[in-house]
Amino acid sequence: MLAPTVLVMLVCFYGSALWTVYISMTRSFLLPTYIFAGGAQYQRLFHTPRWQVAYGNMFLFGALDIVGTLFLGTLLAVLLDRRVRFEGVFRTIMLYPLSISFIVTGLTWQWVLSPTIGFEHFVRGLGWTNFVFDWITRPDRAIYTLVFAGIWHQSGLIMAIMLAGLRGVDREIWRAIRVEGIPAWRAYINIVLPMLRPLMVTCIVLIAIAVVKSYDLVVAMTNGGPGFASDLPGKFVVDFEFERANIGQASAAATVMLGSVLAIVAPYLYFELARTNR
Amino acid sequence: MRGVNRQARIGRIGLYLLLIWTCLFFSIPLLVVIATSLKTSDEVRTFSIFSLPSAPGFAAWVKAWYSACTGLNCGGVHVGFWNSVRILIPSVIISIFAGSVTGYALSHWRVRGANIIMLFLLLGAFIPYQVILYPLVKMFSTVGIYSTLPCIIAVHVLFGLPVMSLLFRNFYAGLPEELVKAARIDGAGFWRIFAWVMLPMSVNILIVATILQTTGIWNDYLLGLIFAGRDNIPMTVQLNAISTTSTGVIEYNVNTAAALLTALPPLLIYFFSGRYFVRGITAGAVKG
Repeated sequence: MLAPTVLVMLVCFYGSALWTVYISMTRSFLLPTYIFAGGAQYQRLFHTPRWQVAYGNMFLFGALDIVGTLFLGTLLAVLLDRRVRFEGVFRTIMLYPLSISFIVTGLTWQWVLSPTIGFEHFVRGLGWTNFVFDWITRPDRAIYTLVFAGIWHQSGLIMAIMLAGLRGVDREIWRAIRVEGIPAWRAYINIVLPMLRPLMVTCIVLIAIAVVKSYDLVVAMTNGGPGFASDLPGKFVVDFEFERANIGQASAAATVMLGSVLAIVAPYLYFELARTNR
Repeated sequence: MRGVNRQARIGRIGLYLLLIWTCLFFSIPLLVVIATSLKTSDEVRTFSIFSLPSAPGFAAWVKAWYSACTGLNCGGVHVGFWNSVRILIPSVIISIFAGSVTGYALSHWRVRGANIIMLFLLLGAFIPYQVILYPLVKMFSTVGIYSTLPCIIAVHVLFGLPVMSLLFRNFYAGLPEELVKAARIDGAGFWRIFAWVMLPMSVNILIVATILQTTGIWNDYLLGLIFAGRDNIPMTVQLNAISTTSTGVIEYNVNTAAALLTALPPLLIYFFSGRYFVRGITAGAVKG
C-alpha cells in the first residue's frame, strides 16, 4: 500500500530535486542541456547584481524577521500566561493573521504603508504636513517593510507554540519561585524561558525555513521593487525559470535555496533526534 | 506591603496596555481594509484609507465580485472563487485519503524500511517548491495534462503528501496496537480495518487535516500560478492580478473588497474552528 507514496516521493521530490541540482552544474540556458560545466552557473549567479541583492536580502529580512517574530511571539505568550481576563479574545486577534494568505497580507500592508493613500497620508491629514513614511517606495528601505508584514503574520504562531510550552512548566517550579520571592518578570527571563530553549530553537527553525521559502509575500507587497531592491531568492528563481527562461541560473539559485534549508534543518534534526533518543 | 500591592497593580495595568497595543497592531490592517471596501469611489480618491466611510455600502463588494478587471478581462473575482472551489474540494479529499492511508500503513503494519520512508517524508516536507517546480512542469507536460484542473489537483495532493502522511502516522501511532490485532484475528484485512476501525476513531485528526489542507490550498499562490492554467486560475492569483493592474485610476475600494472576499473563507474557518485550527497550523508549519 505504500508503493505509490514511495514512488511519488522518490520521483517527484527527490528525483526532481536531484535533477535541478544536476542542471545547475551544466551549461543549460533556455533549455536543459546535459553538458557538465562544474560551478560555472554558480560563479555567474554570484556575479549577478540582482542575485547579490536577493541573497543578501534573505539574510537581512531573515535576521530581523526571526528576532522580531520570536520577541513579539514570546512576549505575547508570557503576557497571556499571566492569567489575563479575555484571554480568548486576545488569542483570537493575535492568531487570525495566520489564516490569511500571504497575498492578502502583502496587499494589505502595501496599502497601509503606501505614502499616497496609507499611513503617511493619514498622519499628514492630522496636521503633521511634513510627516514622511515612504519606506515601501525607497530602494534602501523597502526590504524592511516586508519585516512588518512577516512579524504581523507569524507572531501568533510563535505565541501559540510558546504559550503551550509555558503552560507545561512544572507547577513546583513556580511554587519555588514564589517562595524565593523572585519577581515574575525575572523568573521568566532567568528561569522559565531558559527552560524552554529547545522550543525556542524549534520556533527559530520554523521562521528561518519560512524566510528561505518566502515568495508570495514579496510578490504581493513590493513585487521585488523598487527595481530589484526587495527581491528574494524565491522570487528570483520563479522569475528566471518562467519569465526569463534561464533554466541554468534558476536551477543554481534553487539549489542555493535547497542548501540554505538543509543548512537549517539538518543540524536541527540531528540534535533533536539525539535529544529525544537520550 | 501596600507598596508591593500598588506595584503589582501598575504591573497589571501595564500588562493589559501592552496586550491592547499589540492587538491594535494585529487588527488595524484588517479594519483599514474593511473600512476602505465600504467606501464610495469618490471617497477613496480624496481621503486616506484610515478614515471611516461616511456612507458605508457594499457597492465595491458587488463590483469586485461581478466585474473587477484584470487588464481587459472584467469577470470579477467570482470567477477565481469558483476556480478555487473546484481545485480545493478534490485536492483536499484526495490528499487526506492518501495521507491517512500512508500514515495508517506506516503505523500499524510492519512495513520494511518504515523509518526510512518516514525520514524521506519528513525531509520532503522541507524542500522548497522552487527546487522542484521546473521538473514537475516537464513531467506534467510529458503526460499531457500541464495547465489543467487535474494537474493543479495532482500538484496539491503531491505537496500535501509529506505533511498529511506524518500527521496521520503520528496520530495512528498513538492508538493501541490491540485494536488492529483483534480485528486481524477476526479476519479483517488492510482496507476493512482502515474503514471500520481506524476511520471511526479519526474524527478529530480528520478535522485538523481538513482545516490545514483547506486553508493551505485556498491560500496557495505559487502552485496555482504555475500549474492551474489560464482557465482555472485560483482566487489568490486573480486577486494579485487585479490589485497590481496599474491602468487607469486604481479603485482601492474594489481592490480591498476583492482581498476581503479572498480572505473570507479561511477567516471563517478560523473563527469557527478555534483550537483545531491552531493544532493544524502548528502541525503544518513546515509546509511550502
